[in-house]
Order: sequence, then structure tokens, then C-alpha cells
Amino acid sequence: MTPHILTRSLDRAATAFVLIVAAVGVLIPLSNLLLPQGSMFQVPTYLVALWGKYVCYAILALSIDLIWGYCGILSLGHGAFFALGGYAMGMYLMRQIGSRGVYGNPILPDFMVFLNWDKLPWYWYGFDKFAFAALMVLLVPGLLAFCFGWLAFRSRVTGVYLSIITQAMTYALLLGFFRNDFGFGGNNGLTDFKDILGFNVQAEGTRCVLFLLSCLALVIAFLICRAVVTSKLGKVLIAVRDAESRTRFLGYRVESYKLFVFTLSACMAGVAGALYVPQVGIINPSEFAPGNSIEAVIWVAVGGRGTLVGAALGAVVVNYAKTFFTSGPLAPYWLFMLGALFILVTLLLPKGIVGTFNSWWETSKGKNGSPDAESAAREDGVGAPNLAE
Amino acid sequence: MPALAGPFEDSVAKFANDEFSDTEAAIGEVAASGNALASPIISALQDGRLSADPDSKKVFITQADGKIVDATTGAAVDKLPDNAAAVRLNNRLRRTVEAALGGLTLLSPDPAKRLAAAQSVFKSHEENLLPTVEGALAKESVKSIKQAFAEARAAIVLFKSDASDSDKLDAVAVVKARGDQEALALLTGLGDQQPLVAKAAASAVSSIQSNLAMWSMVQNAWYGLSLGSVLLLAAIGLAITFGVMGVINMAHGEMVMLGAYTTFVVQEVIRTRYPALFDYSLLIAVPLAFLVAGFIGVLIERTIIRFLYGRPLETLLATWGLSLVLQQAVRTAFGPTNREVGNPSWMSGAFELGQITITYNRLWILCFTLAVFAILLAMLRYTALGLEMRAVTQNRRMAASMGIATSRVDALTFGLGSGIAGIAGVALSQIDNVSPNLGQSYIIDSFMVVVFGGVGNLWGTLVGAFTLGIANKFLEPVAGAVLGKIAILVLIILFIQKRPRGLFALKGRAVEA
Repeated sequence: MTPHILTRSLDRAATAFVLIVAAVGVLIPLSNLLLPQGSMFQVPTYLVALWGKYVCYAILALSIDLIWGYCGILSLGHGAFFALGGYAMGMYLMRQIGSRGVYGNPILPDFMVFLNWDKLPWYWYGFDKFAFAALMVLLVPGLLAFCFGWLAFRSRVTGVYLSIITQAMTYALLLGFFRNDFGFGGNNGLTDFKDILGFNVQAEGTRCVLFLLSCLALVIAFLICRAVVTSKLGKVLIAVRDAESRTRFLGYRVESYKLFVFTLSACMAGVAGALYVPQVGIINPSEFAPGNSIEAVIWVAVGGRGTLVGAALGAVVVNYAKTFFTSGPLAPYWLFMLGALFILVTLLLPKGIVGTFNSWWETSKGKNGSPDAESAAREDGVGAPNLAE
Repeated sequence: MPALAGPFEDSVAKFANDEFSDTEAAIGEVAASGNALASPIISALQDGRLSADPDSKKVFITQADGKIVDATTGAAVDKLPDNAAAVRLNNRLRRTVEAALGGLTLLSPDPAKRLAAAQSVFKSHEENLLPTVEGALAKESVKSIKQAFAEARAAIVLFKSDASDSDKLDAVAVVKARGDQEALALLTGLGDQQPLVAKAAASAVSSIQSNLAMWSMVQNAWYGLSLGSVLLLAAIGLAITFGVMGVINMAHGEMVMLGAYTTFVVQEVIRTRYPALFDYSLLIAVPLAFLVAGFIGVLIERTIIRFLYGRPLETLLATWGLSLVLQQAVRTAFGPTNREVGNPSWMSGAFELGQITITYNRLWILCFTLAVFAILLAMLRYTALGLEMRAVTQNRRMAASMGIATSRVDALTFGLGSGIAGIAGVALSQIDNVSPNLGQSYIIDSFMVVVFGGVGNLWGTLVGAFTLGIANKFLEPVAGAVLGKIAILVLIILFIQKRPRGLFALKGRAVEA
């Protein structure tokens, strides 16, 4: 990334976003650590972890927006990449427990002792090293996305077909990870973590650092996405979204562009999952549930697809609402609200919060909508009707 | 001597006389009495567990678990009287006892008991039961039991050391014709035999083994057909909405669920008001479920989906939201737990076909699915609405130009697809738990079927459903249920790479739209 790309990719809104995330990332931990407990401005530790979770979701939303908003690929299986990244981190954390587990086995995690396994499966090797685990966080989701995308895009599986087979992918992984003999803790998943890099995961300081790192990851992910979508590559991606066949006829290798952005997006989702696990303290197969992936898509739709900032915002807003409503007396109605949100946003607010705000801002300034906001509202890779007939 | 109550009690009292002739008479009379205690008394006599008190003339059975009961009444007794002694037997009486025991059940007036006795003799092949079995065989009039007696006789002959080779060869043939696991066990357990018989037995064993392998294939195929019919039923409505309208309806599973809950409500009303009609509950539920789900389908199309045409991915999201709302609504109205939906009598039970068991509910669902499929196919082919639907599928703009009200066709098509999902719910309520999550468990499978079979082609859906069902059931014994399912999903994902538009793809310009 050259400084030139960096400056070009930052318009005013993007700069504001980066600054806000950075400020939040610094201020919340500071207030948690420095202010006295009970003070009005002190953020309790549980809230730090909760907001850390939101920030991870925001990274996941960004990764979905990158492929859906800018390339027209609606993945209903991005939760799988998120969960795989999470499992890679969870495996590292499990190995860190060492002999402090219930059975006190220095090598084997508790669930393996419980299942009477006498040695570590080969795919658990190396996870006692943080660097290896961090590499796997990127590599496993990236590799799966690469293989899956290579097969799918090369044979031109597009639109809803792609959505459905991504859903099948995460469903297959869900079924697999529920099995005990897969060696990932089965139903219970991985939990009961003690240390990360020698620091207690439950400690306030660790949580604050994790929060800061999550915000940093969000900023970096955002900058990467901005760099991608404002480059020439990004223009081709938008062309693929709006008229795939036409782009192909113009001589672009559509599948290569899609494959690149899909793999990149999966790696980002993996990182989000890896940051999520130590803050939440557990990873289990339910993260693979198809419903989770679809829910992540609606965050993007609420915030505004094809806006990046909107995706992150949508993730935070929807999840904040989820926490707010599911913990109150309105809990039985949360699914009604979530369902209605899906319907109303697609019907009434197709550009999402940020997209709608953008076009209102542009019109009130008496200008045409920005090309980004304009094209974001167009159809998903179906192209103009006259192309097809 | 205390006066005893009836002829059975009098006969039993004879055991207490300690005379072999009286004991023999008692065995005959008790065996012929048809009393439920006859069999326990004689088995106790055989094992030396029958005791009699010569003073009171009372007879007691010491059961295998050490409890003592009165032989005439079956009532429990604390302990044996002091001077009670085991009823004695000599060799001649022992044979009488064995014959009586075998005869007791082999000659029972209850056909089910006779059949069970014949089966047990087949397994035990007690040599001294041969005359009884032969007698029973001669008297038997029910064909299936007669065959069971013949097989029992063959089993005895095979293990009888002094039977002639030709008799044994006949017996091998009879056992071979039976051809099940037990026949196999009997023949492989056969000890040393004359070379001729041993050879015949070996060839019978291999023929039974290949026969059994074939039947297990048939069984897998039947399970596969059954699963396929369930998949087809769940997917067929989806094939219509997805195929004709290009609409991804993620709330399709919830239409199935609504159909199942309609069945539940119908059965509740029948149970409380008109219990006599229970056997007709499904017949009443089918049209009602079609109407309920169809009506809600039309409502959804008019209020949500019609604003989203041409934006399939948005439709997907909106209908997913709708499915959450419908699930939660049902959860609020009926509670989150499973509701009880009963099988009418004509759907309960099972019958044997060769070596496999076929349950009536699975069979009915298969027939029902094929009927729904045929009706739907005929409707698309021969009715005006069907013609319009096909026209809209092939070329929406051209159809509109020819004067077809495409939006009306859309609404009716969506209603039809949803209504069929409702009917599917009626059938699935018979084999699955009726809970708010019922639909979710089918939605991914249904999409797999439609995508695999090819969009816009009902035959593709049929072939897709049965292929996936049968493939699943053939993989299951090899890989286990979950791995089999994962394998199927992976295979479909790979298959889609080869044929992105499914098995039977629509050809022509519509494809790119």
C-alpha cells in the first residue's frame, strides 16, 4: 500500500470514520482503566467486552460489504469463515490452558481426555505457537474461500445459486463441527480459556488491549477495503456487480477478480472471528448456523451496502438493538423486530442508513448522487434488463 | 381334603397324589385345559420347580426368580408348606411333558401364538418336537403358519442325526427358500453332515447371503424413496415459486410448518368435538392446509414480494425476515414445544415385503407425493392458469404483451407454491415433530433439491429429490448419518460447478435473465 493510495482512498467521511473508531478504541479502554469505579464516565469491563464483540461484528460486516456491496456476491456462508478464524484462535487458547484443565493433561484439551483420546490429532499441532495460530486464522478461511470460489466462479455460479451453495457450505461445516470425532470439542466447542500470550483473558487490562486491537483491526480492514474499492480493481468489481457479462465481454477475467475479493473478504472475516473468541470466551458450532450468516448480511443492508462505513455502522446498530431488546421485557418480540427489520429495510430502505443519508445529502447540496451511492442501489449483478432479452 | 373349585383345579390337584399315572393324567388335562397357567405349570414340572403338598393337595410353582406362586390361581405365596415335595417324573413322563409343552403352543387356537411357537421351534430345532410339529403341520389351515411349520420341521430334520439324506436335502431346500438371517444362522450352525448335504447347505448359504445383500439394497432403496418423497413434497412448492417466478422464498419452510399446525388444529377440534371423525382428520386437513398456506402466500406476494421482482437477493433477505416473524408468531400462539399430531388408524402399522418392513405412513406419503406431483403436472399442462404460468416462465414480457395479467399469475403461482407447501406440512406432521422449527429443517434440503434438479422444471425436481434421497440412504450405512449428509452437500456443491443450472436446465435466453 503506497501513501498515494492511502490518501486517495480517504475522503472526508472515511477520515471521520477512521478517527471515530480510533478515538473509541483509545477512549473506552482508558476510561475503563483510569477512571475510578462507579464514576459516571467509567466504562465497566463487561461493556468493554460487549463493545469489543460489536467491533468484531463490524469487521465481519465490512468483509461482507466488500463482496456484496461492491461485487454483487451475496455470501450466506460468511459466518463459516468467521467461525473458522474463531476456531483457529480457540485452538491456540485451548493449548495455552496446558495442565490447568480439569483433567490436568499438559498436552490434550479436556474434551479429548474425556473422549479417551491418547494423543493430539495432527491438525492440532503447532497451535501452541501464537504465530502459527495467527497464520492459520488467515490461511484456513482464505484457503477454503479460495477453493470454494475457484470452483464456483470458474463455472459461473452466480446470484442466488451462489448464495444457496454458500449456505450449504456453512451448513455442512455446522454438521461436521457438531461431531465429537472431528476433534473440535463437538457440541460444546472450545471454552474455559485461561491465557492469551501469557495474559489472563479475563483480566481488565487484557480485555482493554483486545478491544483496542479490535478497533485497530477494524481501521486496517476499512483502509484495505477503501484501497481496494477506490483502485482500478474496485472499478472492475463494480462493473462485475452491475453487468457481469458485459465486463467479461470487455476482456476482464471476471472470475479472477471475484476470486481475489472473495478470498480477501474471507480472511477478514477470519480475523474478526479470531478477535471475537478471546473476548466472548467461547466458540462452538452454532457460530456456523446459516441463520448467523444471514443476520450478518442484514447488518450490511441496514447500514447501507456498498458504503463500507454503513456496514460497520449497521453491525453496531443492529447488535446494540439486539442486546438492548433481548435483555429487557421485550425479549419475546425481538425475533418479530429482527424479521420486520429484514422486510422493511429491503422494501423501504434499500440503500440503508448511510446510503439514504448520502443521497439526501447530495440532493440537498443540489448535486447528483455520488457514483458510489448511485450504483449501490442497482440490481445485484443481474444487469440492465435489456442485456438479458 | 378341601373342596376345590373346578375341573382345572381338580386336574392340578392330581399332581399332589404322587402317582405317575395321576401325574400323566394331570399333564394331559392341564395341557388340554387352555388355561393361561397351563404352560408355566408344565414347564415348572419339567424343571423340577413344581412342588405339591400331599396333605392339602395344593400345588406350587417356584418361579425362576425364586418367588413361589399357587399353581391354580397364580397368587403369590410366602413359603412352601413344610411337607411339600417336588413332583417326581420318570423318563416316560418326561417325554409326555415335552410333547405337551410343544403342543401347548404349537396347537394353540391363537394363530399368532402358533406362528411364534413355530418360529421358536425353527430356532431351537428340538428333536422330540418333530411328531407334534408334523401333527400341527397336517392340521394347519392358515397358509403362512403352515409354511412356518414346514420350516420348523425342516430345521428339526436337518439337525436330526438319523434323518435320511434325501429328507435332509429337502429340508435344506425349504430353509433356503426362507432365505433370512435366521435361515443363514441355522445353515451355518449345521455341524458335520454327509458330503451331499454339506454341499447343498453351502450352496444354500451363499445363495441366501446374496439374497440378503439384495434385500438390504432393496431396503436402502425403499428408505431412499421414502426420504426422496419427503424431499420432493417439501421442494415441489419451492420448485414452482423459484422456477416460475425466480423468487427465492426462504419462508417456504414456514409454509410447511403452517400446514403441519393446521393439521394439529384440525385434530384438536376433532378430538374435542367429533372423536368419531379422527380417521378422516388428514383428509379434512389437506384442503384446509392448502387454503391457509395458499392464502398467506398470496398475502406475502401482494404485500412484500411484488415490490422486489428483479432483485432476487433482496427477496431472499425479506423472506428470511418473514420466516423469522412466522416462526415467532407460531411460537407465541402454540408454544415452543412439539405438538402432538396423531396417525389415523389407516396410516399406523406396517407390513412385511420379503425381508423388509414397510410402514404404512411412509407408503402413504410416497403415494400422496406422487399424486400431488401428478396433479400439479396435469394442472400446468391442461389448465388455463397452467398455460399462463408456463408462458410467464418462458418469457415474461412476451406473455404480458399477449394479454396475460402477469402480476395476477404471479400472485396465484406464489399462492399455489405456498399451498402445496402447506399440504406437504400435513404429510410431514405424520413423521416429524410439529414444532415452530419444523420448516427450518427442510429449507436447505429443499433448495438443494431444486438447485440440483434444475430450476423451472418439475421433472428435474422429481429426479433431484429421489436421487438425493436414495444417495443419502446408500451413503448412510457406509459413512454414518451426519457424514453421509455432509458428503451429499459437498457432492451437490461440486455438481453445481459442473452444471451450474442443475440436472435439467432451462435452455434459451431466459437463462441469463
